[in-house]
Amino acid sequence: MNIPSSIVTMLAGIILTIVSYWFGQHNGLMPQAASEEAPWVDGLFNTMMTIATGLFLLVQGIIIISVFKYRRRPGDETDGPPIEGNIPLEILWTAIPATIVLGLGIYSFEVYNSMGGLDPMASHDPKTMHAEVRHSGAAIAAPLPGATETPEASDAEQVALGVGASPGTQGRDADVSVNVLGLQFAWIFTYPDSGVTSGELHLPAGKEAKLTIAASDVIHALWIPQFRLKQDAIPGRDTELRFVPKDVGTYPVVCAELCGAYHGGMKAQVVVEEPEVFEAWLQSQIAAQQSGDDRAIALNTDSLSEAEYLQPYADEIGVNAQGLGQLHPPQAEGSHKIHHHI
Amino acid sequence: MTQVDTPENATPETLDGHHRTPWREYFTFSTDHKVIGIQYLVVTFIFYLIGGALATAVRTELATPEVDFVSRELYNSLFTIHATIMIFLWIVPAGTGAFGNYLIPLMIGAKDMAFPRLNALAFWMIIPGGILLILSFFVSGGAAGAGWTSYPPLSTTGSKAGEMLWILSVLILGTSSIMGGVNFITTILKMRMPGMTLNDMPLFCWAMVAASILILMSTPVLAGALVLLSFDLIAGTAFFNPMGGGDPIVYQHMFWFYSHPAVYIMILPIFGLISEILPVHARKPIFGYQAIAYSSLAISFLGLIVWAHHMFTSGTPGWLRMFFMIATMIIAVPTGIKVFSWLATIWGGKLRLNSAMLFGLGFISMFVIGGLSGIMIASVPFDIHVHDTYFIVAHLHYVLFGGSVFGLYGGIYHWFPKMTGRMMNETLGRLHFVLTFVGFNLCFLPMHYLGLQGMPRRVAEYDPQFATVNMVCTVGSFLLAISTFPLIINAIWSWIRGPQATGNPWKALTLEWQTSSPPPVENFLEEPVLWTGPYDYGIDSFERSDRDRTVNELLAEVKADVG
Ligand code: HEM
Ligand SMILES: [Cu+2]
Ligand SMILES: [Cu+2]
Repeated sequence: MNIPSSIVTMLAGIILTIVSYWFGQHNGLMPQAASEEAPWVDGLFNTMMTIATGLFLLVQGIIIISVFKYRRRPGDETDGPPIEGNIPLEILWTAIPATIVLGLGIYSFEVYNSMGGLDPMASHDPKTMHAEVRHSGAAIAAPLPGATETPEASDAEQVALGVGASPGTQGRDADVSVNVLGLQFAWIFTYPDSGVTSGELHLPAGKEAKLTIAASDVIHALWIPQFRLKQDAIPGRDTELRFVPKDVGTYPVVCAELCGAYHGGMKAQVVVEEPEVFEAWLQSQIAAQQSGDDRAIALNTDSLSEAEYLQPYADEIGVNAQGLGQLHPPQAEGSHKIHHHI
Repeated sequence: MTQVDTPENATPETLDGHHRTPWREYFTFSTDHKVIGIQYLVVTFIFYLIGGALATAVRTELATPEVDFVSRELYNSLFTIHATIMIFLWIVPAGTGAFGNYLIPLMIGAKDMAFPRLNALAFWMIIPGGILLILSFFVSGGAAGAGWTSYPPLSTTGSKAGEMLWILSVLILGTSSIMGGVNFITTILKMRMPGMTLNDMPLFCWAMVAASILILMSTPVLAGALVLLSFDLIAGTAFFNPMGGGDPIVYQHMFWFYSHPAVYIMILPIFGLISEILPVHARKPIFGYQAIAYSSLAISFLGLIVWAHHMFTSGTPGWLRMFFMIATMIIAVPTGIKVFSWLATIWGGKLRLNSAMLFGLGFISMFVIGGLSGIMIASVPFDIHVHDTYFIVAHLHYVLFGGSVFGLYGGIYHWFPKMTGRMMNETLGRLHFVLTFVGFNLCFLPMHYLGLQGMPRRVAEYDPQFATVNMVCTVGSFLLAISTFPLIINAIWSWIRGPQATGNPWKALTLEWQTSSPPPVENFLEEPVLWTGPYDYGIDSFERSDRDRTVNELLAEVKADVG
């Protein structure tokens, strides 16, 4: 090995490192990070982007150099040098990926644990599911399919899953609890402490929120890209998602699991507001639902089949996913438009 | 200098064009593995074109944020059948059925596959399987629309007839694939020519062993899942239905126990093809033969224990997610070994940049992108964000299109002269490469960004903020559709009119090149001899036969010494 070539190699290595690092840290590919968990995920992503960029450039560099430097010259019918292996080299490039992968594994584990992924409560929730839909002052508690009736279903409850409390807050109740119900093709958010039901998820900034997610028909997935969080809503078992929304604003709630024809239209919003504003919103909802509209007051839900019970919603929603707006009182409607565009 | 004594030069006149199969033969229940291989290749390619047409329809719908080209229901059927065709009727049968059948007996010096009738049967099941799938668009309720994963309860609530046909079709195709797997393992283990040890086999054979093991271990589980699903669908049982006490997550476990290995069933044979193509056109021995061979087996083993990484956001407990994360990441190691060995193979060679080689190099560079995003999504916290988004659509196409399809294209250019006895046109081949490469990256690279920003997959309508980027993807997909024309024209024209190919136009050393192009019915006119290792480029023939003596006679000498 002669000296100039090793200097060139070294320079190339330095440039490669700088470029990878710069791109990895400034890729700007992620949307706004609006929860306390999001920056951890972004840190992990940026690290992986740095490594990936480095490896990508290395591989493409080798291919491009080979194409130019080692292309066969016209008339040259000879073969290349018969090098069949090189044990130290092979050990080196087994060791390098192994080390990278090990490092990434540990880093991912750390992030996942900090987010609450290993909270034993989230993997082992003995509570039964009551997805409540309250409407106009008349509380309609609908036992949802598989929720409480059969012993099989409550066995399934033993493995309620999701992302639970961060290690610091484990064993403590979250500041706000919301029951989330996914149904074709809408999200319904119920605040069990006050009985408020809404088509929009409101959360106080800086407070820990706990979503208990259920599905009434098929599998849906609740995704809030700005929070970097996603969890399937699975019929027959609850899942949970605990996190702290950080930045005030309105963000999309997306259904990420194929759930039927209107899957692409199954959207809602999460409104993160200052705690006082959130409290005011909650009170206004309670008031509105007490003054009430008349649609559901007379219903005796016990005598209704599930399909009958959901019929009024399904009709509206099925025809037009936007119809969900009518599900909750007009006061809440239209007051928040999606003004957050990345 | 090293090639003076290849059989091609030794007996050219006995090798050329003497054994061209009459075209009628391709429409019969032929038991010749070469005929079956070509039957597979042509039929699966036709399905690929149909699957591609569906993809173009999907992209046309996605050119604008609104639903305006097809109905929502039809949209779901389009991408469901697109994916099913691409996987079960193109990549799997083309990688194993077409190239496996054509090449394996030739490469190991056998006259045919171990079970020729089973082989023909496996091929002839592909056609009804595919026709059922396509006809399902015309039954009441339309084709299945629950995605190629067909998760219950959604799959049991949609078009019943369409879903049932989907299940039947996949069961038929799975059975065909199992028949193929049995045949490959038996053929490779039992029918190698005398003197060929496992370590003398071309690497494609190793890859086929690894892929066949996966087929045999995992496909029956898929069949089980689908049979149970069909009971839920038509007989009202509740295996997966929570309303009757069933569990939809059990289906996901069973489904992914097959379908994760399935991606290796798709990619392993392609790894094998690439390991054949690169050394020939780089004029260098493959670097790290044993590392590549054994890493196929390692991938095969690891591939069986990582399925739940598709279920990180569904019903998987936290600690189990960690196990599957680590297991998944470890697959990067044997995969990395292969990539680096390929790079070391081309480094310092004398590269012939023909169409086969361009697709081979294109394969490495595109597959690496899919592999790197694969390591990223193995990481649970990151996967929680991007699961079921366009990031995944981008990732899987970099692996399946940039990887598998590029590899198959490379294989077509490389073995076309052997299969047909004619050379392909290089200019059209290069045009095909450039169009595919540009169209592919235009179509799929921006999808990473879409997914990260918040666009879920399997949607007919999306947020208007994603309109521009989606338009770019759609333009890319049209370019991809166009890119197939040079290949089709080239293949048809060259097959009829192309210049005659000699037995060994690339001066390759694996056994399939030691016979005529196309080969005679029983492959070799006389018993083939192992006078060289499969990749002994640059080693002159004297040395080669010297080595051969070492392999075959050393044992006898040692015995003599001991005795
Ligand atoms: C011809 C070029 C291709 C184009 C333009 C294309 C386009 C697409 C698009 C846009 C989707 C997403 C559909 C949606 O989420 O709504 C998709 C899904 C998919 N494609 Fe392709 N594709 C192509 C080739 C392939 C190939 C060669 C394969 C390989 C085997 C493949 C396998 C798949 C799979 C497995 C899915 C997932 C479907 C699902 O989510 O259920 N595609 N394709
Ligand atoms: Cu949904
Ligand atoms: Cu959905």
